[in-house]
Amino acid sequence: MSFKDTFLNGEQGKFIPASLTPMQKLVLRFIVVGLLFYGFAVIEGMIMRIYQIEPISAITDYQYFAILTAHPLVGIFGSTYSLVFGAFLFLVPFLMKKPLWSVKLGNWTFILITVGTLTFWLAGFITHYAPLYTLYWPLPADFTQFSPIGGVFFITGIALVMVGAVFFVINVFKTIVYTPEGWEKQPAGELMASAIGYGGLRNLFMKKEKRKEHLVSLPVAAIARGTVDVALNAGIILFTGVLILVYLVSHLFGVDLKESAIDALLYKNWFWWGLDLIADGLVLIFVAGTWYLLAMMITGEKLFMQNIARAALLVELIVSWTVWSHHLLSDQAQPGFLKIVSGELVTAFELITQGLAFFITLATLWKAKPLKMTNELKFLLGGLLGFALAVPAGIMQADIGLNRILHNTQWIIGPHVHVAILVGLTMTLYSAIYILLPIVTNGAKLYSQKLANFHFWAHLIGGIGMGAFMGMAGLEGMLRRTIYLNGEFNLYMVLAGICGGLLLLAFLAFFYNIVMTVGVKGVIGIFTPSKLNEKDLLPVEEK
Amino acid sequence: MVDSQIVLWGQTIAYSSYALVIILLMAWFGLKITKPGKSNKVSNTFFYSFVGFLVVLGVSLHIVTYNTIPWASMDLNRDDIKPDKVFTITMENHQFILPSDKLIIVEGEKALFDVTSKDLTYGFGVFRSDNSMIFQMQVVPGHRNDILWQFEKPGVYTIRSTEYSGPKGAQMILKDVVEVQAR
Repeated sequence: MSFKDTFLNGEQGKFIPASLTPMQKLVLRFIVVGLLFYGFAVIEGMIMRIYQIEPISAITDYQYFAILTAHPLVGIFGSTYSLVFGAFLFLVPFLMKKPLWSVKLGNWTFILITVGTLTFWLAGFITHYAPLYTLYWPLPADFTQFSPIGGVFFITGIALVMVGAVFFVINVFKTIVYTPEGWEKQPAGELMASAIGYGGLRNLFMKKEKRKEHLVSLPVAAIARGTVDVALNAGIILFTGVLILVYLVSHLFGVDLKESAIDALLYKNWFWWGLDLIADGLVLIFVAGTWYLLAMMITGEKLFMQNIARAALLVELIVSWTVWSHHLLSDQAQPGFLKIVSGELVTAFELITQGLAFFITLATLWKAKPLKMTNELKFLLGGLLGFALAVPAGIMQADIGLNRILHNTQWIIGPHVHVAILVGLTMTLYSAIYILLPIVTNGAKLYSQKLANFHFWAHLIGGIGMGAFMGMAGLEGMLRRTIYLNGEFNLYMVLAGICGGLLLLAFLAFFYNIVMTVGVKGVIGIFTPSKLNEKDLLPVEEK
Repeated sequence: MVDSQIVLWGQTIAYSSYALVIILLMAWFGLKITKPGKSNKVSNTFFYSFVGFLVVLGVSLHIVTYNTIPWASMDLNRDDIKPDKVFTITMENHQFILPSDKLIIVEGEKALFDVTSKDLTYGFGVFRSDNSMIFQMQVVPGHRNDILWQFEKPGVYTIRSTEYSGPKGAQMILKDVVEVQAR
């Protein structure tokens, strides 16, 4: 095939959009939009990397901080939520061998996340509303620095994403428990108990002969438990958004509410409790569940220590509700017992739960050797390495002594956050994309293995390298969320910038590879309606 | 009191060594699982030993730091320690308001920085002339934010806000305002 033919119709013309079911189209839409938002976040990241080397005169401080505000939100909500929700809306019915409860609601999740992300991104871009994702009270309502109209649109955008998340939660749990048309009545309560871990917990206190079988598979249980945190987090963020909106709207109507009516420390506790449901909750649970699923799909074998893995997921869920205080170790008014119990001791459990997931996944792969080094396997190993590096970095800063000299430095955002997200989470998601691609495209052929290899190495080296150089700068005192005007940390920032450039090249190589795999007509075809039955996950002949 | 720079050196060596080991381990694992031949069984004892190791590691980190990093225990017990100097500082409108132009401390003295914010959430950090950090804390409005610190080395230090408080607060820096004099 000529370059033009491949560009238009995809590699060997094997991707045929008309053959896709509504469910396949839904997951592919999530993937396309999730990757586009990832591209947004990478470009924003590169702008900030350059700015950290030499402030760009065309970008004001306000614009810079608006980018800094949008960057993590576009990355997490626009990209990761899209990729994860899309994959799980497909995988839950796929693994349970029943149709999704509502394709329509799935489409609404897709629309709300896409529109919501574009709304808050545009609000930041146009009005420079920049209270950062932390929204420390009363900064979001500081009208001497920010436009209240910008704030209203920004918060509305976030709220739309959260409503989309709520629809995802409903769809996942309804799919687990509902009885499809023509099926025997499903035991909804038992299915729910098995999914969230209550069934397994009950088994612990029963005699062996009275113990019940798990009704849902381990990956579905992982998705369900992470989804509990999605629900709680959506509630917290929505509540916080409404609170900020009240202040913004009243200011627009000429009534300034008293900012001190809200206790800044209590608000901070509330906010971090909610945010850690993402960072220390659903991300870790979803990632562990995805590792297990990938290991089982790659090896075709059962998971090593399956029951322990299931129990660890429940422990992780409970841990995620009680770890938030590690963000407040430098807040002197925070009670000491919360710092020690929640901030240090409970947080240390994450080393154990993630360590277990790491070991179990590696052991499952090891037992099945020899394995072929496929794209999904190499990206899975990259994802495991990412968390193996990032979790201990986080545990170190969740220590009262070390936090005093690490808090708000580049250490936190480099070796911990960026290595966890870019290397740990993103490489796990890439592994899932590579393994799901033939399933959801009905056998599309990857355009170039060389590009896939480049994608892997450039992303791995770029991600670890960027995190490492940011970390080195952090250990020498470089703060995050701060502009350095005199090149104080230029050596590290240049090196981190080069690694950031590698990440950008990796993404461009991957994106080009995917476009050439499905073709431009294929990308357009993903967004046209499917004529197939929406109850079928895969085309009937593919089953 | 141990200087914070020494603690950071210890951390750099410990984490860098760990990072190298885990990267090499994953590279070895990736090579090994693609080589021909069946694998050995993964024993349950090995698994449970690993779990035990994680538990010990997770708990011992905090016990070790509590007993080796002197400011950790001093911070938790600061209400019971009488400071040699007290500096009451206010933060408002993205400005530091100090009790005097220079905060003079004698080497070895315990100084209490009692910082209040009148509007936003800020940070309060003390830095060396090479920009490395000695310590920091958050400054939350409506609450007492105090930190007790014992300076072991004479020198001149800079105060800067370590928390984002909007674009107006991007350069909240007071250069060389803390002076630690030799005893």
